[in-house]
Amino acid sequence: MKLRLGLVLCSTLLGAALAQSGSLTIESWRNDDLTVWQETIIPAFNARYPDIQVTFAPSAPAEYNAVLNSKLEAGSAGDLITCRPFDVSLDLFQRGHLAPLNDLPGMENFSDVAKSAWITDDGSDVFCVPMASVIHGFIYNQDIFAELGLSEPQTYEEFLSLLQTVRESGAYEPLIMGTADQWEAATMGYQNIGPNYWRGEEGRRGLIDGTIGYDEGGFLAAFEALAAWRPFLMNGYQATTYPDAQAAFTLGMGAVYPAGSWDISVFNQQAPFPMGAFRPPPPEGQEDCFISDHTDIGMGLNAASPNQEAARLFLEWMTTPEFAELYANALPGFFPLSNHEVTLQDPLAQEFVSWRGECASTIRSSYQILSRGEPNNENQLWNVSARLLNGEITPQEAAQTVQAGLEAWYEPQQGE
Amino acid sequence: MRRRPFPVHILVFLAPAVLLYTAFMIYPLLDSLRLSLFAPTVEEGGARGLAFVGLQNYRTLLSHPQWAPQLLNALSNNVLFFAIHMLVQNPVGLSLAVLLSSKLVRGRAVYRTLIFTPTVLSVVLIGFIWRLILSPLWGISGDVLGLFGLEHLNQPWLGQESTALVTLSLVSVWQNVGIPMMLFLAALVGIPDELLEAARVDGATAWGVFWRVQFPLILPTVGIVSVLTFVGNFNAFDLIYTTQRAIAGPNFSTDIMGTLFFRTFFGFQLQPGNPTMGATIAGVMLLVILSGVLVYLFGYQRRLQRIEL
Amino acid sequence: MKRPAATLAAHTVLLFYTALALFPVVLVIVNSFKGRLAIFRTPYAPPTPETWDLAGYRTVLGGADFPLYFRNSLVVTLASLALILWVSSMAAFALAEYPFPGNTLLGLYLALGIMVPIRLGTVSLLQMMVRLGLTNTLLALILVYAAAGIPLAVFILTQFMRQVPKDLKDAARIDGASEYRIYALVLPLVRPALGTVAVFNMIPIWNDLWFPLILAPAERTKTVILGAQVFLGQYINDWNAVLAALTLAMVPVIVLYVLFSRQLIRGLTAGSVK
Repeated sequence: MKLRLGLVLCSTLLGAALAQSGSLTIESWRNDDLTVWQETIIPAFNARYPDIQVTFAPSAPAEYNAVLNSKLEAGSAGDLITCRPFDVSLDLFQRGHLAPLNDLPGMENFSDVAKSAWITDDGSDVFCVPMASVIHGFIYNQDIFAELGLSEPQTYEEFLSLLQTVRESGAYEPLIMGTADQWEAATMGYQNIGPNYWRGEEGRRGLIDGTIGYDEGGFLAAFEALAAWRPFLMNGYQATTYPDAQAAFTLGMGAVYPAGSWDISVFNQQAPFPMGAFRPPPPEGQEDCFISDHTDIGMGLNAASPNQEAARLFLEWMTTPEFAELYANALPGFFPLSNHEVTLQDPLAQEFVSWRGECASTIRSSYQILSRGEPNNENQLWNVSARLLNGEITPQEAAQTVQAGLEAWYEPQQGE
Repeated sequence: MRRRPFPVHILVFLAPAVLLYTAFMIYPLLDSLRLSLFAPTVEEGGARGLAFVGLQNYRTLLSHPQWAPQLLNALSNNVLFFAIHMLVQNPVGLSLAVLLSSKLVRGRAVYRTLIFTPTVLSVVLIGFIWRLILSPLWGISGDVLGLFGLEHLNQPWLGQESTALVTLSLVSVWQNVGIPMMLFLAALVGIPDELLEAARVDGATAWGVFWRVQFPLILPTVGIVSVLTFVGNFNAFDLIYTTQRAIAGPNFSTDIMGTLFFRTFFGFQLQPGNPTMGATIAGVMLLVILSGVLVYLFGYQRRLQRIEL
Repeated sequence: MKRPAATLAAHTVLLFYTALALFPVVLVIVNSFKGRLAIFRTPYAPPTPETWDLAGYRTVLGGADFPLYFRNSLVVTLASLALILWVSSMAAFALAEYPFPGNTLLGLYLALGIMVPIRLGTVSLLQMMVRLGLTNTLLALILVYAAAGIPLAVFILTQFMRQVPKDLKDAARIDGASEYRIYALVLPLVRPALGTVAVFNMIPIWNDLWFPLILAPAERTKTVILGAQVFLGQYINDWNAVLAALTLAMVPVIVLYVLFSRQLIRGLTAGSVK
């Protein structure tokens, strides 16, 4: 009797697993965007392809890669996979998890720069549709600025004295950021203010060529500049996670929030006060400025997906002007990478994108090539940036740790 | 009565359990050990395969500057995690059990049921709850310390290298104290009343009764609780994963064998996964757990038997 | 009441510890019914008409299919328990009843798994399930939990089966009962032991995160714990939703626990006396 029950149970369970084909599932780390996908993007796609059912199934940013990898190994990953830029996705492609997209109609709408984050080293295979880049800067609470008589800082020194003023006011936290999840320290800290010190692309390419190291020049100076944040970070920042920092800022607890432009959409929904934004201010006396304008997000096709055709239709739709316009305005702060003309409606997003005209752009220093080896450059930057802000190590120690990690495996850096 | 030449029924009785257990427990364990003897290769044209490398992975894990410090860190964190359970969870569990076994206390069943509640809840939920409670944003931990006039001692407990692991160990103790409590309680209730009465008549204090009568009689349970704690702790993962993610921050101060295994096997952030090295770490864990169990079986239990003889 | 001071001290300690055990759980449940501002401004106050807010529950029920997760957890737990009890009781019966050659050795082989956590075989289990096409099925979870539960179950049940009086079985044999019939006869006599085995396995299976995360993370096969974990990750900056999700995942278990706590605790303690 029990055996029969077991068999019946088995067959229904197996049946349930098979029945879900015919719909698309999207893997993503953008859990903040869940409602936008559910209410805006997917309905727009369905207006064109009503028969393809799409589910957006994000995981938490910090665990996305591990979760995605385990699903890919298990053969249970979604049909469409949101691509991190450069080495991680390249690895997925080389392991056969991502399908090549060379012949996808519409790929001609992207420039070589846009595609550079999702292409093999020899340029022969593209494996993700570029979606958006993100820009770093600072978002501030305009009410608090007005109350304390503050204005947007032009230099890094002004920035620090502004934070000092807020600290002395006693009513608000100067800088809302936590280090518990670690990546904010590197991404919204080091990579945000850093390009001004290592002169953007010049420094980044120098790292790849081996002509400059993390322990010298602009890269060291950026660690020193970051260390100056310590006294201004919010109470208990060591245990404050990224979502808690977002909540603290939207609850009006602090003046300035080191941001990625992707934060705009969440803040628009949750903050009851007007917000402004300023770009990372260069150190005093420096004429030119640099911003991190990072090719951050793309979409690839799971090579093992049973719904290749539907998934390709979705990807093709993602190359259209319709998608670019929709995405840029539904998720202000994600700036489209296609060549289509797009009008941005959100004032904060306009502010961020306007810096492209004033400063030179670069991408994050660790993403291209430098995160292929062990120890992983990006992961090390998280670690040392968080420890630096926690006061566990000095800027010199942070710089030397990362440099030693790079020299351990990256030949161009082993020169001297 | 002679048995039939071939006892088919014995096979029928044994086969399902033995097959299921062998296929889904013993085989995966052995196969994981086998995988730890291989390393990935990249052939020309990008095809990926595996090559037999003997004990090379173990050598790498134990000596390579990239791996050895990580392993040592996770191992020593795990030892501390275990030590805190032994020093806090089990004595507290024992004390509660002694109180609950006392006939003087009314409402024992109610206390027992309520105190055991966190133990039946998932570690995932417990981890999340404590993450919220310890979050500086909510400020509960400061308020609670404030009740005792100690708010100046408040710290970002989960964010400091010096406090994160101890904090999480105590959270785990808080949740799991019900298990030793129940096991000790069962053992204590099993002690005949006459023995306790006799000791009391001899003028022993409550403390004396505990040390001279109750404790020696529950020594076998102490052994079982210890080995259960050991196996559970060296196999722990969920709590750290839920509160600190696979990166086991800050600066790997909460990294234990379970999270190291997970991070190595599946990768993290820009670092790709490494199944063979993951299997190697699982192999080391197996070795550690087996040696702990052997110490218990051949050290503790033997000695107990000798005492009883 | 011979020693009132000692009794009072005992009650104080127990009350304090009970409060410590329940405070976090109660705090979460209470705040799940409040608005966002009230959660942060007055975390210890019960919800009032002004602060009453079910926004979190609306988000949770709209964003995650908790009834489905609940059903999955139930199927996995019950099926695993049934499988464990069925195969283990047969094996235990054979080990206890027949002194065949290799009996002790087989008993040891089956007991090996008591101390070795099955998680260490994850790498290979995952590959096996991929080959069998069982990833993202509840069956994968059931097989793994059953295999992991067998060692302890066989161990406990064998001890109990040995205590079943021989006369009873011999009388049945003289009446011409088959060995299978005798097994069916013995089974009701070890009911307490079966209860213990069920209790020992039930909580860990229901609460497991590891294998659902690795073997069956698909939406259709999520268990409550994995569903809650993923949901909490997705909505982590929405405290209303987080508190509501925690409450929804906890309360059914707490209710079941309170209803069955006597059986559960009896089961736990019966096993350990052994």
